[in-house]
Amino acid sequence: MSEQHQWPSWEVFTQEKTGAPHAHAGNVHAPDAELALQNARDVYGRRQEAVNIWVVPTEAITASTPADMGPFFDPGNDKMYRWPNYYKTPDGIKQI
Amino acid sequence: MEKKQALFTYCVRLADNAVVMAQRLCEWCGHGPILEEDIAMSNMGLDFLGQARGFYTYAATLEGKGRSEDDLAFHRNEREFCNRCMVEQPNGDFAQTMMRSFLYGCQAYLQFRSLVKSKDETIAGLSEKALKEVTYHVRHSSEWIIRLGDGTAESHRRAQDALDELWSFTDELFEMDEVDALLIKEGIAVDLNTLRAEWDQLVDEVLGKATLVRPAMKGYQSKGGIYGNHTEHLGHMLSEMQFLPRAYPDAKW
Repeated sequence: MSEQHQWPSWEVFTQEKTGAPHAHAGNVHAPDAELALQNARDVYGRRQEAVNIWVVPTEAITASTPADMGPFFDPGNDKMYRWPNYYKTPDGIKQI
Repeated sequence: MEKKQALFTYCVRLADNAVVMAQRLCEWCGHGPILEEDIAMSNMGLDFLGQARGFYTYAATLEGKGRSEDDLAFHRNEREFCNRCMVEQPNGDFAQTMMRSFLYGCQAYLQFRSLVKSKDETIAGLSEKALKEVTYHVRHSSEWIIRLGDGTAESHRRAQDALDELWSFTDELFEMDEVDALLIKEGIAVDLNTLRAEWDQLVDEVLGKATLVRPAMKGYQSKGGIYGNHTEHLGHMLSEMQFLPRAYPDAKW
């Protein structure tokens, strides 16, 4: 069956408190943005988990794939000089 | 009529509407058209349950006869329930459930918006909480009415059928009696007549967007829910809702 029987999927991001970053909470199905927001509120925000919600069409998200893992993330492994704590703080420096 | 008696009746009426809505919406649990809507309807049902508990508990305190919120919810018969007949109407299809939530929700929204200014502090406090809940309920049901009405031929037909079916219970949403009269004078209750024009406006705006036709206010209009005169549906609903506490009176859960 090629016909679509499901509403599109939306990724839900909730903010725990004002100023905090939005974190991925999960996803919902909905026919449009307003209902996606309402569904997200009911599924992920009904127990006061959030003060703000974002919904984003899942298809709008470009994600890296498991196959990307090596080339994307491994190079960070063996280059300690990428971390600030690799560098020794010179004596006498106070404001850091 | 004594003020305290009127206040008791007023609170029981508010609670009865809420408990019946709670039971009806929670009947959808596990049967919703999609998971998200299933959760949404149970959520709203639980909002109503919270409202019912608040007003029953206050009513029981006012009465002072040792009855509890549970006694009021589970140990009164159909004729003692004074909810508006709109809320006891069966869920029907999804359009009918949303239409009931919408038509009743608009009234409840306006009512609680006024009751937050009630001179009775408990009613004002309970209404403040309820107002936030029903504000969301109206948003939710309105969006659905618009989408169903202005959707496919089938969803439009179902929404219009629901509207035509439920319209005969709309007059009753504004029915009042001496209980209201006494408490309006005291600054405790809201005069529902003053809300009617705004209710019409709220309803018309959404029906317009939904391309639904508002039925002419002719034909049969139910009345008397506040006196315990109900449609045949309430008794069946209560028999299910009240079964457990009546069969096992001391059951704890």
